[in-house]
Amino acid sequence: MRRRTALAIFLSVPAAALAPSVADACGGLVGENGTIQLVRTTTLAAYHDGVERYVTSFEFTGEGESVGSIVPLPDVPTSVERGGDWTLQRLALEVAPPPPSSDDAAEATAAASAEVQIILETQIDALDITVLSGGGDEVGQWALENGFFLPPDAPEVLDFYASRSPVFMAAKFDAQRARELGQGAGDSTPIMATIPTDDPWVPVRILGLGLDGSQRIEADVFLLTDARPELLAGGPGLTVQRSEAASSGLLTDLRSDVGMEWVPNDMWLSYLQLDAAAADVDYDLAVAVDPAGEPSIADAGVGPAAIVPVRPPADGAPWWPIPIGVAVGVAVLGAWVVIARHRQQTTRVAP
Amino acid sequence: MKRLVPVIAAIVVGSAVALGGLALAAGDEAAPVTLGPDPVTVVVDVEHSRFIPSTLRVEVGTEVRFVVHNDDPINHELIVGTPDVHARHRNGTEAKHPPRPGELSVGPDEHGVTTYRFDEPGVVEIACHLPGHYDYGMRGEVEVVEVP
Repeated sequence: MRRRTALAIFLSVPAAALAPSVADACGGLVGENGTIQLVRTTTLAAYHDGVERYVTSFEFTGEGESVGSIVPLPDVPTSVERGGDWTLQRLALEVAPPPPSSDDAAEATAAASAEVQIILETQIDALDITVLSGGGDEVGQWALENGFFLPPDAPEVLDFYASRSPVFMAAKFDAQRARELGQGAGDSTPIMATIPTDDPWVPVRILGLGLDGSQRIEADVFLLTDARPELLAGGPGLTVQRSEAASSGLLTDLRSDVGMEWVPNDMWLSYLQLDAAAADVDYDLAVAVDPAGEPSIADAGVGPAAIVPVRPPADGAPWWPIPIGVAVGVAVLGAWVVIARHRQQTTRVAP
Repeated sequence: MKRLVPVIAAIVVGSAVALGGLALAAGDEAAPVTLGPDPVTVVVDVEHSRFIPSTLRVEVGTEVRFVVHNDDPINHELIVGTPDVHARHRNGTEAKHPPRPGELSVGPDEHGVTTYRFDEPGVVEIACHLPGHYDYGMRGEVEVVEVP
């Protein structure tokens, strides 16, 4: 089984009181019973003047009762709004022939609280978006209380991200509202989070959430930066397919999309593909946009996590064999001396 | 040269004794502790969907009181028992388990207690059978041994 997606983690929501018949989604969807549905999403991380614009699309299809997703963010966003209608498709067109369209639909609910700080709540089409801040346990607890299904690797993955940035964006799809909005299978909702940050790292490990280690992950990652970035992946499987000055045609097209007027005249386009077994995707992508800077190893997710502590035995090496050995050695030496002297005396006494 | 022989002999014998002692000590550290036969309490932490510790060794007839601390934000369970018990839970639909010996459900950041008596020698499995948890690695073993 292969999963083709980008930069979004999808966790399912238990069968709330929402109509069925819409489900499946782009990204790493987890069904209510814990099964994974394979889907596709494309994401753009654009960094300009110290602000990251994170654009992704939630596209739903399939059967489950309700689905949702949680995306780790590098910092607190100032806004989350509907993204341009075709920005992601235009980027895909720039680097390859149009990919086969996927078909989707979905659902969800909204709700409660926990020991997390709710930073922002908004509705975009049929999506209920919540940006929250907290530790891995607290965010997980909040997700459970709000009807998300968390697979068994979720506690470790949430802790992995919370140790670097406590900010997460949760999205749930309201199937009933989707129907009221006339959204059907295959329709998608692009969103754009505007995030002032010094660390525009890109979450990659999240793509493996809930997957069996042998499952393949395929993902498309687009980066737009003011200058050619230095990139550092924390593991194998992520390759740069294109690294070039973005064409004026691309930038002009992107700028004309809704919410994309910030796109400047000159940017650098990087296009990366991820193709790896889920078990190997235990890292992120660090990005240095300052020409004099280096990508952070910690931002690649391999800092403390990759260090295998080497500890001495709990109580140190036992000390008692040493004095015993010395004592035995002294005893052997003493015995030798005594025996030698006895032999000497014996020799003298002999006539 | 002849005078050095006793000194060398002393060093060799002393070193052999010291090294033997170190090897013996290392062997002691590696040997698992056998619990029982008196009733014992074992604290099992659950973190990142793993049992800590995940292996135990007990003497036949030992009653073990498992105190399970769930440090994860998700539900877990600890099931200990024979293969048919595990098969029942693997295929079952019981969301929460009533207080049966060796069967325990623990919510996020909660703890629970269950007691199980190991009457037969062999290996008894410990597992969480919530969807995906066993395959993720949430399992362990209790080695039940006869002590002469």
